[in-house]
Amino acid sequence: MRTDTAVLSLRGISKNFGAVAALTDVDLDVSAGQVVAIVGDNGAGKSTLVKVLAGVHRPDTGTITFAGQAATIDSPAAAHSLGIATVFQDLALCENLNVVENLFLGREIRRSRLDEVAMETRSWELLRQLSAKIPTVRIPVASLSGGQRQTVAIARSLLGDPKIIILDEPTAALGVEQTAEVLNLIERLRERGLGVIMISHNMEDVRAVADRIVVLRLGRNNGDFDAGDVSTEDLVAAITGARDNVATRRVRERENR
Amino acid sequence: MTQTKTAPALDLLDERLRRGDGLKPALGAIADRIRSGDLGALPIVVGLVVIWTVFQILNPVFLSSANLVNLLMESVSVGIIALGIVCVLLVGQIDLSVGSVSGLSAALTAVTFVSSGWPVWLSILAAIVAGALIGWVYAQMVTRLGVPSFVATLAGLLGFLGLQLWLLGSKGAINLPFDSGLVRFAQLDFVPAWLSYVLVAAAAAGMFLTGYSLARVRRAAGLSGRSTPLLLARSVAVLLGLGFAVWYLNQARGVGWLFVGFVGLVLVLHYVLTRTAWGRAVFAIGGSVEAARRAGINVKRMYISVFMLCSSLAALGGLIAAARLAAANQASGAGDVNLNAIAAAVIGGTSLFGGRGSAFSALLGVLVIQSISSGLTLLDLDSSFRFMVTGLVLALAVALDSVARRSRAAHGRA
Repeated sequence: MRTDTAVLSLRGISKNFGAVAALTDVDLDVSAGQVVAIVGDNGAGKSTLVKVLAGVHRPDTGTITFAGQAATIDSPAAAHSLGIATVFQDLALCENLNVVENLFLGREIRRSRLDEVAMETRSWELLRQLSAKIPTVRIPVASLSGGQRQTVAIARSLLGDPKIIILDEPTAALGVEQTAEVLNLIERLRERGLGVIMISHNMEDVRAVADRIVVLRLGRNNGDFDAGDVSTEDLVAAITGARDNVATRRVRERENR
Repeated sequence: MTQTKTAPALDLLDERLRRGDGLKPALGAIADRIRSGDLGALPIVVGLVVIWTVFQILNPVFLSSANLVNLLMESVSVGIIALGIVCVLLVGQIDLSVGSVSGLSAALTAVTFVSSGWPVWLSILAAIVAGALIGWVYAQMVTRLGVPSFVATLAGLLGFLGLQLWLLGSKGAINLPFDSGLVRFAQLDFVPAWLSYVLVAAAAAGMFLTGYSLARVRRAAGLSGRSTPLLLARSVAVLLGLGFAVWYLNQARGVGWLFVGFVGLVLVLHYVLTRTAWGRAVFAIGGSVEAARRAGINVKRMYISVFMLCSSLAALGGLIAAARLAAANQASGAGDVNLNAIAAAVIGGTSLFGGRGSAFSALLGVLVIQSISSGLTLLDLDSSFRFMVTGLVLALAVALDSVARRSRAAHGRA
C-alpha cells in the first residue's frame, strides 16, 4: 500500500564520509498527504539523509524514485525543480527584510520593477491558507516570534509548489503555544496533499502529528512504525537499540507511576 | 473613503494591528517608529538645524543665497562618492580607497584629455571604466581570496594614490581648459529660474501621481492604500519646501545643473535599491549572506557588481571634483575626501553593519559635511578645525547608529 502510492521512495541509500558510514542501505517511502517522522539519536544519520534529499550530498549507492520515475538529486536546485523543498533548522531568513520580501527573496515578481502588490496579495493568500497568525506582512522578520518565523520559512518553501517538504527540527527551541502552532501548520500541509518529512528529537511532537515514524540507528533503518499504535517504549527501544537501558527504564518508570 | 468602512483591507484584518487611516495615525506611527530606535532621517534634520543655526549666528553670510548655492555645488563630488559607499555598506562591506580612486580618476581624465588630446567624452569614459576595473579587482580579492574588504581597499588606497602621483608626473598638476564642456557644466551651468520651478512642480506632481496610482492598485487588489488626503498633504509639503528652497537659491545664481544631476542620480539609485530584484538582493546580503545564498542569490556576482558600482561612482565624483577645480593635482582626492564620503553615508543614516540605509542618506549626509566645511571656512578656520569637527560628527553618527541598532533589537525592529 505504501510503495505504489509513494511520491518519493529511497531504496538502499548509502553514504560514506571517508571511513565513516553515515548511511547504510536506508529505505524510505513518503506518500502524498502523509507526515513521516524520522527519529534517531545523535549521529543516527538523520541530517545526512535530509541533505541527500535536499541535494547537498550525493548518495554513494542506492536509487531515488520521485513520482514513479528514477531521479538524481545532485544539487539544491535539482531538488527544488523536482519538487522537494527543505526548511533547515536555522530557517535562513533575512532579519532586516519584511515578511513579503523574505517570502519572495530570489524569485521576485517582475525583477526590474518589483510588483509589490502582487507579491503582497500572494503572501496573504499563502498565509491565510496556512492559517498563520502574522498580524502584518510589512514588518521585518526580526520582530516575529520563533513560531511565526518557522511559519514564514515554511510558507516560503511552499511558493515553489513542492510535492515533498522536509522540516528539520521544526519545533526545536519553540515555546508550548508556538510548538502547537507549528504542529497545526504541519497538519494543514498534510491536508493540502503534501508529503511531509519531519526530523525531530521530541517524541511528543512526533507522535502528535506523524502518520508514520521511521527510526534510524547508526545509519541504518531500525524500525518503521505506524504512529497510531506504537508505544513510546518501543520507539525509545528502537532508537537506542536496546530494550533495557537508562532511557527505556525511565520511560517504563514514568508509565508505571 | 465611503466603501473602506464596510470591509477592512486584506492586510488590516488582524485585530492586533493598531492603525487608522489619515493624517493623525500616520504621524503617530512615525512617532512610534522613532521611539523604538528606527530614527530614519530625524537625527540628520536635527543635526542640520543645529549646525545651520550655530554658523548663522557666528557668521550671517552662512545662510545667504550665494553661500548656499556654492555649498550645494561643492557637495556634489563627495555626494556621488558617498552614493557608492552607501551601496558597499548595504552589503556589509567597506571601500576605504574611494578618495584615492577619485584622485586617480581626476588625474586620468586630465592626462588623457589635456596631455594626450582625447575627446572629453572618451577621457570621462576611460576614467569611469578604470574605476569599474578597480572595483572588479577588489571584488575578486574579497570573493576568491577571502581578503577582508577593508584590507583590500586599504591596499588600494595607497596603491592608487601612488599611481595618481606617477600619472601627474613631475609637474604635479594639470589644468583643465576653462572653455571645455566639462568645466563649464561643473561651474557655470545653472537651471533657468522658470525651469527650476517647473521641475519642483513636476517633482511634487510626480510624487502625488505615483503614490495615488499605487494606492489605487493596492485597493483594487484588496489591500490598504495610503489615503488621498495624506498623499496630497505630502506632495504639498514637498512643493512648498522645495519651492521655497529653489526660490531662495534663485536669489543668487540658482540651482546648478550639476546638483540637479546629482539629485537625479540619487533618485535612480533609490529606485534601483528599492524597486528591483538587484536592490532587494543588496539588502538581503547585508542582512544575512547565508540566507541570501540559500535563496538562490549569486552572492559573488552581487559583490562584484556592488564594488564595481562603488569605484565607478568614486571615479565619477573624482572627475567632477577636477572639473570644479578646473585642475587635477596631487591633492585631488587626498586628505579628507575619503572619510568625508564615508562619514556622509553614515551620518545620512546608512548603517555600518549592513542591510540598512538608503540612497538619500548620501544626499543628506553630504549636506551636513559640506555645511560644516563651508561654515568653518567662512569663520576663517583652517582644515585643522575642519578635521576635528568632522571627526567629532562622524563619531557621534556612528555612536548613534550603534545605540539605535540596540534599541531596534529591543523593540523588535530589524
